[in-house]
Amino acid sequence: MENISSAERVSGAALAPAGAGAVTGPPEPRISLASSAKRPGEAVTRVILAVAAGITVVITVGIVVALIIPSIGFFREVSVGEFLFGTRWAPRFADASFGVIPLITATVWTTVMALITAVPLGLGAAVFLSEYAPARLRAILKPVLEILAGVPTVVYGLFALQFVQGTLFRDILHLPTGSFSVLAAGLVMGIMIIPTVASLSEDAMSAVPHAMRQGSAALGANRMQTSIRVVFPAALSGIVAAIVLGISRAIGETMIVAIAAGGQARIVTGPLEQGQTMTGFIANAALGDSRVGSLEFDTLFAVGLLLFAITLLMNFISIRFVRRFREAY
Amino acid sequence: MGIAAEISTPARPLASKGQVKGSEHSARSLIFLGLLWLTLFIAMLALLVLIITTLIQGAPRLDSRLFTEYPASSPARAGARPAILGSIWVIATTAVLTIPLGVAAAVHLEEFADRKNRLNHLIELNVQNLAAIPSVVYGMLALAFLGLIGVQNKNLVIAGATALGLLILPVIIIATREALRSVPADIREASLAVGATPLQTVWRQTLPSAVPGIATGAILALSRALGEAAPLLLLGALVFVSYDPNGLLSGYTTMPIQIFNWTGRPQEQFHVLAAAASILLLALLLAMNGLAIYIRNHFQHRW
Repeated sequence: MENISSAERVSGAALAPAGAGAVTGPPEPRISLASSAKRPGEAVTRVILAVAAGITVVITVGIVVALIIPSIGFFREVSVGEFLFGTRWAPRFADASFGVIPLITATVWTTVMALITAVPLGLGAAVFLSEYAPARLRAILKPVLEILAGVPTVVYGLFALQFVQGTLFRDILHLPTGSFSVLAAGLVMGIMIIPTVASLSEDAMSAVPHAMRQGSAALGANRMQTSIRVVFPAALSGIVAAIVLGISRAIGETMIVAIAAGGQARIVTGPLEQGQTMTGFIANAALGDSRVGSLEFDTLFAVGLLLFAITLLMNFISIRFVRRFREAY
Repeated sequence: MGIAAEISTPARPLASKGQVKGSEHSARSLIFLGLLWLTLFIAMLALLVLIITTLIQGAPRLDSRLFTEYPASSPARAGARPAILGSIWVIATTAVLTIPLGVAAAVHLEEFADRKNRLNHLIELNVQNLAAIPSVVYGMLALAFLGLIGVQNKNLVIAGATALGLLILPVIIIATREALRSVPADIREASLAVGATPLQTVWRQTLPSAVPGIATGAILALSRALGEAAPLLLLGALVFVSYDPNGLLSGYTTMPIQIFNWTGRPQEQFHVLAAAASILLLALLLAMNGLAIYIRNHFQHRW
């Protein structure tokens, strides 16, 4: 709150000279902005504001350092090749082995299931909201859709475990599956990321200039043809950004998979199997009381570093694509 | 979109084959619209089923015991009192820590930062990226930091609030920037023209005009923090708390963590308790979302 108090301090002292300058000084329009550099209170407050913005960079640097230092300890014990390409994940066993492939397969399965759910539903919703829905319907549908993103992930997890896996898959559909499955976790995760995919895609479609739709209509195309052949391709970079951001969220989601995907790290070969994802392992390992500096503690951070690296890559791809469509129109 | 229908009418005699394919009421066009409706229907249905199943499962235990009792090994005597109080403590601390910082950062980026400056460009890119980092990573950051300063007991209200604060900081910055951006330049120029300094302009004109937008963003960000569990799991919040948390250095558990705990128990009655606590959490979050939308619709200036 320091910035606020100093702003108040500045405001009392600074008003008189500024007013006097405006009356007697030469009529240069920019004089008030330039003169602000001479006011110490104002300058200090601006520095405080800049520091607040700079803290965000400190956070990122902090994350990178916090993940890398314990990971160095981990990679002293385990080679990078063994970690990335090993096919057995058993960090707590007597004959411990640290191949991350089983965690990756579970993550890929849940993410793919989530995308199969979220991409068609999210894009369908986006096309409807952008191209078809009248303003009043949009005003109702958008907030309702946003609620899907606001449901706590533990509640989704409970829903995936009890209703989707328990009631729907086992009791109603009689699928050959156990207490957990990557399908149930992925499906529910997909529902969670529908608003992510929908809102960013809709932004991109709404940004397509109206003249393009009119041009398409003038050539005799109906709304479906205009949506599919004109608006969709024109908004493609924004749509790709939305999907990539959806992937990033699915990879990083923790509680749904910790509750509903299962806890055994094995290579997953089918959607009805259980499996431990990278985030599932992190959540699980966090429950054990591993001491700072122990191999268990370092393992947690090595997996966290891999997770961070993958989502960072996804985020930058997404930001790139968003820039492209913002620049295009 | 009446334009499409109007314009296609004169084209009709020119292309008789295209008329069938190009009409708004052709079979393919109607199927397409039907599919779009179906996607929305499925999304809404999923939300509805989630709410209804949770309500049905949790209703039997949605009683006063949930608010007054402490966690217990017997489901009949168990409640979520410390978790509810813990959530209040953590979220209030998060709000106090994060909102002033986020607003200050947004004011710098939106009002003062030189767009051509490379550092500011980097900060902007960084904020966008921070918003998409998995929440569990923020828990790892806080965990590593606590290890660094040698804190043995991770289960502190202030540690949980810091992790959640870092998580929602980018959300608050982005929302505040959007609110500031929507204040017209005329207002700033008028303020500067009557002799106010740039900071006076921000403090007396721009920020007050942006308050509804900032409040909406802050409430939505806090509601996200309220429902978040992953970072707190890493910070040792999954503990048996049989007392009311009473300060920043107090031990705590929160509602999402309590729900996670009960979900993992084998007894069916604990799952009922988890559903009951979920109803409470959902109701709270819906109320916060509703408040945010209300503020946005009723207090936001239309320029």
